[in-house]
Order: sequence, then structure tokens, then C-alpha cells
Amino acid sequence: MSTAETRRRASTPWLLAGPALLLFVGVVLIPIAMTVLLSFHDWGQYKGIDPIITLKNWRDIATDSYFFEIFLRTFRIALMVTAISVAIGAPEAYILNRMGPPWRGIFLVIVLGPLLISVVARTLGWALLLGSTGLVNVALLRLGLVAAPVQFMFSETGMVIALVHVLLPFVVISVWASLQRLDPQIENAAVSLGASAVTVLRRIVLPQVMPGILSGSVVVFALAASAFATPAIIGGRRLKVASTLAYDEFLNTLNWPLGAAVAVLLLIAVAAIIVGANRFTERRYAEVFQ
Amino acid sequence: MPTTRQPPSENAWARRATSAFTRGFTASSLFCPRYALYALMSFLALQGLTKRFGDAVAVDQLSLDVDKGEFVSLLGPSGCGKTTTLQMIAGFVEPSAGTIMLAQRDLTKVKPAARGLGIVFQSYALFPHMTAAQNIAFGLEMRGVAKPEQERRVADALALVGLAGLAERYPRRMSGGQQQRVALARALVIRPDVLLLDEPLSNLDAKLREEMQVELRAIQRTVGTTTILVTHDQGEAMALSDRIVVMNRGRVEQIARPTEIYQAPATAFVANFLGKINVLPASVAAGVATIGSARFATPGAADGRCSASVRPERIAFAAQGLAGTVKARIFQGHHWLLQVATDAGLITVIAPNDGRALPAEGAATHLTWRSEDMTLTEPAR
Repeated sequence: MSTAETRRRASTPWLLAGPALLLFVGVVLIPIAMTVLLSFHDWGQYKGIDPIITLKNWRDIATDSYFFEIFLRTFRIALMVTAISVAIGAPEAYILNRMGPPWRGIFLVIVLGPLLISVVARTLGWALLLGSTGLVNVALLRLGLVAAPVQFMFSETGMVIALVHVLLPFVVISVWASLQRLDPQIENAAVSLGASAVTVLRRIVLPQVMPGILSGSVVVFALAASAFATPAIIGGRRLKVASTLAYDEFLNTLNWPLGAAVAVLLLIAVAAIIVGANRFTERRYAEVFQ
Repeated sequence: MPTTRQPPSENAWARRATSAFTRGFTASSLFCPRYALYALMSFLALQGLTKRFGDAVAVDQLSLDVDKGEFVSLLGPSGCGKTTTLQMIAGFVEPSAGTIMLAQRDLTKVKPAARGLGIVFQSYALFPHMTAAQNIAFGLEMRGVAKPEQERRVADALALVGLAGLAERYPRRMSGGQQQRVALARALVIRPDVLLLDEPLSNLDAKLREEMQVELRAIQRTVGTTTILVTHDQGEAMALSDRIVVMNRGRVEQIARPTEIYQAPATAFVANFLGKINVLPASVAAGVATIGSARFATPGAADGRCSASVRPERIAFAAQGLAGTVKARIFQGHHWLLQVATDAGLITVIAPNDGRALPAEGAATHLTWRSEDMTLTEPAR
């Protein structure tokens, strides 16, 4: 075999991956690199963006408690949404998996339905329901459960409710996928050895669907932390999270460098958490499930 | 060498032959007082066990008595109700009618977790997130056995199935045969009253399956656990069992020892299901059965048309008898397979490869066999 041919063989994968790689570099890597670069530029009310390298934006974010509070809120909401989604989604997937043929399909469509509707339409629906004269508050008042309307709108509670609704299907899908891999006889095996229903769930089923729960959590956490439409509509201007903060800095204050710094920080934080969670899952479960 | 369980004495077999075991499966004998006596004495007793799924009857009036320490196989084609029967014993399927008694205790309404039976599943159903030792210890943990005793019994169970060195291995890292042994150890370590095996060897390749058969039988003899095996493999059933229950379409066709089932099949279905057999049209008149041009003395046989079943290895070539022509002669190593066209139809003959001369293809010959090697039954359904 000639060396030219060997060289051509070695370059084949690159040529085949080339188009996709170019697209990825063009629409993902370059914009991110530019955003990172932008976050180090200066900005002034009258001079606009000043292309010098400075740590001013990063220093602002690190020292101003305003930013700290917003990031804290973002991750608090994301954690709450993840916890509630897992608490509801995992049992939901388990029940779905045990359903008979006609009902399983029907309920799966109902569970996944929210994914088919635009986020904006869905969130506006929640805004109607959760408003001070909305259906939920009217019902609570009429039932005498509360004396005054509950403030759902522009509150973390409202945001968490709406985000859980949007993101729940991701947990259901990933837990369901791991339930499908479960040996159908395995629960019977545990029962025959004397295990109670609770023990079967805790000791046999849960450990086996844990990778599914963890991967579902990672997806939900990342999407909740970087969600924009839902916090923008439910939280509005009053209750900002990292993504709405970045948006406001870009489009209202026109302080692009500061907005870029917020966006980059959010990206780094979410990426770190995802990579960390994946490492944990792989190390913990590789021996058992690979 | 561990002490082996003594097989039931000849006396016990004789008692069975004349008692409920052979006659207790008809509805009328359910009301016979002697049947009730034997039901009391037997260790595991299924009485009139029935399972209906809608209009379909999966298991129809199955009655079976199993002695302590006995190895009984439920044998039949897929869909014959053998697995459903096993699941009713295990408690995973609720019987539509009938009772399950274990050592005089009514198990019919007892929850599966409280039955104390050991089960080996077809897929093994090992817990993938636990090591072999953890899998085996699970049943002991559920029973609240103290840690030191748990460890001792797990080690004993692993040694029993020949996996002493693999205690800390996860199921994913084990071969099919090793997983099978872990499943067996997990079922036996709780010292179950009855061991239920649901097609435990069907996922292994042929060679390994044979090895495991021998080993399974040895282990069962060592621990002496009453065992019920569900299988569709007649070879497996014959190799392992004290008695075989042949099932077809939810009904019991025959319950007998392997040799008896093979040599004296009660029905045409049993004859066909277990090994090769020639089924020939015959007619009986005055104690003489006529098959083609040959006659056999069959004293006591009812007059009329019937089917005569003869195993191919019981047929010999002779100077006289049923005349025919050898159509094919196939060498199969330790035996020859011959097909002989006669006026009673095509007959398969298996002749041992012992150096004796056999008729060549196309040669005219005569076939004969002893009357007692032949079973006369109603014409095949």
C-alpha cells in the first residue's frame, strides 16, 4: 500500500465529518468564543462597547450582591424544579410502565402532550390560571382555603409550577427508558425471596432505574436553569433569573459585555454541573450496567 | 462427597403404582376416601387446580401429589399450561379453582412472599446491581438472618454450585452458566420447602445444558429439596425427574416415571411427544393384533381398530414378520437410522452400530418386535 493511500485513508473520517464539523464550529463554537471575548470588553453609557480587555464585568458580577442573588435564585428554582419533577415523574413512569396496552399509549400521549405545545402558549396558560383572579385563586377563595388571593405570578412558586409542567416529560421519558430494560420477572424474584412491595421498590427497582433518574435530572436541571420563556412571562421584570438578566442587559440596558459575562457564567455553571453529574453516574454505575 | 438422598424405596413405588398416583387424576376418584388419605400424606398436593383466562382454559382440573424430596417435571409443548401451573404454585397467578396444599398447609390464598418457595426463572432474574454474594444473601436478609450466619450460608451456597471464587462479581460480568448457578444458589439458600425451576436450562447452549443437567440432579440429590421443573425438553425431563407429568392443552396426559412414560405411553400424544415412535394402524380380533401382513399375540386387548405404537429401537430385522423394502439407510455414528416401506406404512427403525450386517437400501426384508414392546391405543386424535 502506498503512503499516499495510507494518508488518504487517515483523512477519510475528517472529510466525512467535515460538513457537520464546519456547521458546529460556525454556529456554536464561534458565537460562544465571541461571547466569551465580549464579556471581557468595556461598556459605557455614552461610548458604547469599548473593545479592550478588562475584568470589570466579572468583578462586578463577583462583588455585587444583586447578581449573586439572581444566580442563587436561578439555581434554587432549578433545584426545586428538578426535585419535584423527579418526585412526580419517577412514580409516574413506574405506573405508566405497569399499565395495560390501551391505557399506556393514551396516558403516554397525555404525559408527553406538553412537549407538543409552544412554551410561550403553555406559560401564558399558566399565567391565566395563576393570576390573582385566575382559576386557581378563585377556587382556593371559594373553597375558603385562603383569605386573600395567593401571589403566584411574579413569584418563585409560580415559576416552579410552570417549569415542572414543562420539564416533567423529560424525567418520565428517561425513567421509562430504564424501566423498559428491567427484567419483567425481577420483581417476582424479589417477592419470592420474601421481599415486601416497598422493599422491592426500594431495593430492587429504584437502584436499577437510578441512572435513568439521574440523567433525567441532569436534563431537567440544565433546561430549568437556562429556561427563558417561562421565567420571562411568570417572573416578568420583577423576579429575574440568570437568563432574563442576560436578556435585559443585552436588549434593555444595551450593556452587551455585562450580558455576555452573565450568559457565559450561566453556561459554565450548568456545563460543570452536567459533567459532574455524568462523571458521578458513570463511576457509580459503570460496573453494574455497562 | 456429600451424603446423597436415598431414592424412594421400591415399596413406595409399588404403593404409588396401585394408589392415587395412577388413578387419582380422574374426577371420580377425588371423592374416594383413599385419595383423601394420600393427599394428607403427600408433601405438596395440587387438587383440581384450574386457571381460566376469559373463555380460554389454561390449566384444567390438574391434580398432582408430590412426595418430600421428589423431583417432578411438568413437560409439554408451549401453551400446554405448565408455566401457568408453576406460577400458581409460586403465587404469581391466582387459580380460578382448586387448592394447593404444602405440608398440610393451605397455600392457595397465601401471598407469594410468605410461601417460602425457591424459584429459578427462565431469565434468571438476577439483581444486576448486586454482586453474586449480595444476590444470594437477599433472601436471608429478608428473613432477618443474622449477618455472620448470612455470610456462612452464602459461602456454603456458592460452594454448592461451584462458584466459590466469584462472590464479588456482578451478574453482567458472568457467563450464562454462572448466572444460572447464582440463580440456583439464591433460590436454595433460603432452604425452601419446594424448589421451582422454570425452564432453567433453555438459555444455555447444548453442551452446557447437558453439564448443568448432571449438576442440577447432583445438587438436588445433595440438598434433597422437593423440586418441580417446568420444561418443554423431553430429554431434560427424562434425565432429571423421578416422575414426569406430561401436559397438553391444559390437561394432564400421563403422570409416571420416565421409563414408564417412554415405554408405555398412556396416550398417542405422550407417545409422539417423547422421542421417535412409529404409530401403525392395527386391528384386534380374538386377542390377535393384525398390522399389515404381520400378526401379534395381544391377549386381553379389546377387539376393533386401534393404533399400535412401537419405538424404532425395539424393532428388529428378521426372516419373518412384517414384510417391507428398505427405502433409506442413514449412518448416525453410534446407530443407523433406517426407513422401511411396509404395507402398514413407512416404519422408522433404529439399529445399533454394533457390527451386525443390516439390509442394504432397496433390499427386501422383514420386521418384527415383541408384543410387549408395542402399545395399543385409540387412533391418534
